[in-house]
Amino acid sequence: MAEKISFDLVSPEKLLLSGRADMVTVPGTEGYMGVMAGHAATVTTLRAGMIDVSSDGKDDRYFIRGGFAEINATKITVLADEAIPMSDLDLAVLDQRIADAAEDEIAAKSDSERQRAAQYLEDLKLVRAAF
Amino acid sequence: MATVKEMRTRIGSVKSTQKITKALQMVAAAKLRRAQLAADAARPYAQQMSAIISNLAAGVSGRDAPLLLAGTGGDRRQLVIVATADRGLAGAFNSAIVRAARQKITALIAEGKDVKIITVGRKGRDQLRRQFGDRFLESHELGLKSPTLASVKPIAQQVLDLYMAGQFDVVTLIHCHFKSVVTQTPVAKQLIPAQVETGNGPTALYDYEPDEESILEALLPQNVSVQILSALLENQAGFFASQMAAMDNATRNAGDMINALTIQMNRTRQAKITTELIEIIAGAAAV
Repeated sequence: MAEKISFDLVSPEKLLLSGRADMVTVPGTEGYMGVMAGHAATVTTLRAGMIDVSSDGKDDRYFIRGGFAEINATKITVLADEAIPMSDLDLAVLDQRIADAAEDEIAAKSDSERQRAAQYLEDLKLVRAAF
Repeated sequence: MATVKEMRTRIGSVKSTQKITKALQMVAAAKLRRAQLAADAARPYAQQMSAIISNLAAGVSGRDAPLLLAGTGGDRRQLVIVATADRGLAGAFNSAIVRAARQKITALIAEGKDVKIITVGRKGRDQLRRQFGDRFLESHELGLKSPTLASVKPIAQQVLDLYMAGQFDVVTLIHCHFKSVVTQTPVAKQLIPAQVETGNGPTALYDYEPDEESILEALLPQNVSVQILSALLENQAGFFASQMAAMDNATRNAGDMINALTIQMNRTRQAKITTELIEIIAGAAAV
């Protein structure tokens, strides 16, 4: 059995999860990445998407709306702007967010803002498709 | 000399005041616990964030560091954010923060700096307006709900917009540091340019994805929001702790006052009875 990696999921308001896992999959800005013990030390930004925490054959999933992850060989810390356990997430909430994001994109004042909103919308649609 | 009836009314009114302070104390105690938990829960995020920023800042030096980290180079135009509570009845809590703010602002003005102020919380606005009203940019109120990241975002966004528009060189946040339930001290924290802990030496060597600059660009604005949020959460815990102590004192004082008044009332009543008795006896003896 491979070694486990400790995993912290924190949002600005609270520490959501602190435990150990076999593998954690996070939605990096440049694509999903699976992190296991012994990973190279990395800091990455995250896009909106699903975090998948697998431990002893069980999967816990969380939806995050962007954030950061700090990874070293023994530990991964995810700083999420907002995180919701998959069990608390339903399609109605997700659809509402997609609608909001679409509005944001239209209301965006600058190009960079519009780009960010579009990216977020895209990510949300991916999550919805996977749901 | 007050009559017995007057004194009885007085005691009654002190008693109802005591009931109110007692109730407020208990409410504050209950809210304090929740506020403390919230402040504790927010700490890991803020700590991790500054750890990552410190790490990154060590790598990104000088020339191409983002504006929020490197600063504009000057320090003439200062923005001071003063965070207090919305309400009073909390001892010296608000006054202590305002006093610290006033000292800081006066010192900056004396140095010839150009100072502007943003207040968060109604009490800070009310107390500073008299002296520095012409320097106010904006006053935010906290509202009844406890602060969340979403609720501080507008404040942070305003500060960032102003900074990015080149209106300021330095942004300082003054709030109350929650040391413990009995001690809270006002502190001034520099928000922009971001303060970086150095001297830890280069810790681990990290890979950066996508790259250092883009991560910093995303991290630093977020850091401003998070710093404001944790300041407000600490403020809230400090406020309730302070209110609890103040109301505890008030309740005790009311108790002392009731005791003193009761003794005085009994003495007066007794004196009146004695006088009446003497009059009756004297009258009987005269017959």
